[in-house]
Amino acid sequence: MKISKQDVLYVANLARLNVTDEEADKLANEMGSIIDFADMLSEVDTTGIEPTNHAMKMENVFREDVITGSYDRELILKNAPSQESGCYSVPKVVE
Amino acid sequence: MDLYKMTAHQLSEMLKNKEVSSTEITKSVVDRIASVDDKVKSYITVTADKALETAKAVDEKIAKGEEIAPLEGIPAGIKDNICTEGINTTCASKMLENFVPPYDAFVTKKLKAINTPVLGKLNMDEFAMGSSTENSYFFKTANPYNLNKVPGGSSGGSAASVGADTAVYSLGSDTGGSIRQPASFCGVVGLKPTYGLVSRFGLIAFASSLDQIGPLTKDVTDSAMVLNAIAGHDNFDSTSVKMDTPDYTKALVNNVKGLKIGIPEDYVGDGINPEVKDAILKAAETYKALGAEIEFFKLAASKHALPAYYIISSAEASSNLARYDGIKYGYRTENYTDLMSLYKQTRSEGFGKEVKRRIMLGTYALSSGYYDAYYKKAQQVRTIIRNDFDNAFAKYDVILTPTAPTTAFTMGEKTTDPLQMYLEDICTVSINIAGLPAMSIPCGFDKGGMPIGMQLIGRAFGEETLFKAAYTFEQNTEYHKQRPNL
Repeated sequence: MKISKQDVLYVANLARLNVTDEEADKLANEMGSIIDFADMLSEVDTTGIEPTNHAMKMENVFREDVITGSYDRELILKNAPSQESGCYSVPKVVE
Repeated sequence: MDLYKMTAHQLSEMLKNKEVSSTEITKSVVDRIASVDDKVKSYITVTADKALETAKAVDEKIAKGEEIAPLEGIPAGIKDNICTEGINTTCASKMLENFVPPYDAFVTKKLKAINTPVLGKLNMDEFAMGSSTENSYFFKTANPYNLNKVPGGSSGGSAASVGADTAVYSLGSDTGGSIRQPASFCGVVGLKPTYGLVSRFGLIAFASSLDQIGPLTKDVTDSAMVLNAIAGHDNFDSTSVKMDTPDYTKALVNNVKGLKIGIPEDYVGDGINPEVKDAILKAAETYKALGAEIEFFKLAASKHALPAYYIISSAEASSNLARYDGIKYGYRTENYTDLMSLYKQTRSEGFGKEVKRRIMLGTYALSSGYYDAYYKKAQQVRTIIRNDFDNAFAKYDVILTPTAPTTAFTMGEKTTDPLQMYLEDICTVSINIAGLPAMSIPCGFDKGGMPIGMQLIGRAFGEETLFKAAYTFEQNTEYHKQRPNL
């Protein structure tokens, strides 16, 4: 198998996901078979080929630095799972 | 004829001639939703009252003798990953179950500008990841032609609603085939426009370099009309192209004489269901009889498009979905001790299996030590695929393929093996990788009576050629006139 359980646990932490022991085994299998499939890409000779990030040619888009309307704080906070005094509320970060 | 069965251009014409009111049309479709949507389950949210209010406003406008725009007052449904101000936009995810956007997507604004009665929000695979709409957190949508079969995905609700006449037309989104494959499964017309033609502002991001919004309609004329309504430059999407868009309905010409159509050999090869293959070859014969030139050719890199797609789209998804952390909006777990456990537990409880799998895969492909082997390699293969299409379009005006390798499959048939489900996208992903426009139109039925779709691929911003080719086929065949018995 291409992907070990350790790999899965390592990647899960990077992706900020909790994975149980049982899930890790299953994911190792599933990701392994998808990665095996993706290894088909190694057949392609890509020497000297530039990578494409976007299908269309992309250029920086600039605009004048002018103030435009923004959203009402109350409206935006309506979607927050937890709020206090007009701010998002999170668990204590600094001791 | 019942109003809900009619196409947008028929209804638009009748409305303009005052043969019918927008309220009558909207009421007819709302009643249709009430009578069949418990079977098909296209809608996550129905906004019938709001739709009827808008219809009333249109009727008042008409009564005052004011001119109405094409499609004005014609009711439509919107995929639930496209933001609608004040109306839940869930992405069919527990993560966004209670999310109420404070703004409209660009396309929503465009539809509102022509007083579109918005019927509601349509079911989909969670975060648009899937090919069957079975990954919705809420419920599965059924295929209107056979309720035991899937409608395709990820825009399954968008396709099924048009197929079931519970929307006159709908908007979907397409990252690797998510408009075209369900259109093909439900016997409707689905268009993925060229990347950049339609603004993605307010489309909840899956894979930003591949995502594109497009119409699902009952016929090709409707498709051109809806594209007219939603295309155009938007300052809020930096990838939106600055160009004057043509009137696409002008391209609806019944004539393909001299049109050069290429068929990639691999797309009518072994991996394709024989009935689908036969329908495509028959369509090619139809085109030939109408004066088009047909040629088979080799599209070299097509084999590598699917693995490249799954690496690129998962990598972009892992980055785009990092924003769901339980802080600003969306679901938050109740089981946490500190900030890190809040993040992790929120994401673990809020995302479904397939979404987590893709986040994991994308994070892996972007992680140190694997970046060059997978992500960079896939981006290089992307260049090769683009070049292949460029070469093909030096010779052909349009490329013809099946939309999907199969017709609609039975629910549950492909849910156990993710790779089997991914193979559904084999005919469609390369188009997103190259940023090209493509549409799926009905071209037959299999022995079980399930629709078959064919895919027409065009040059970048060559939508007019696509419309011409699709319209000509439609005018000379009857497939698009069939409706399911519900």
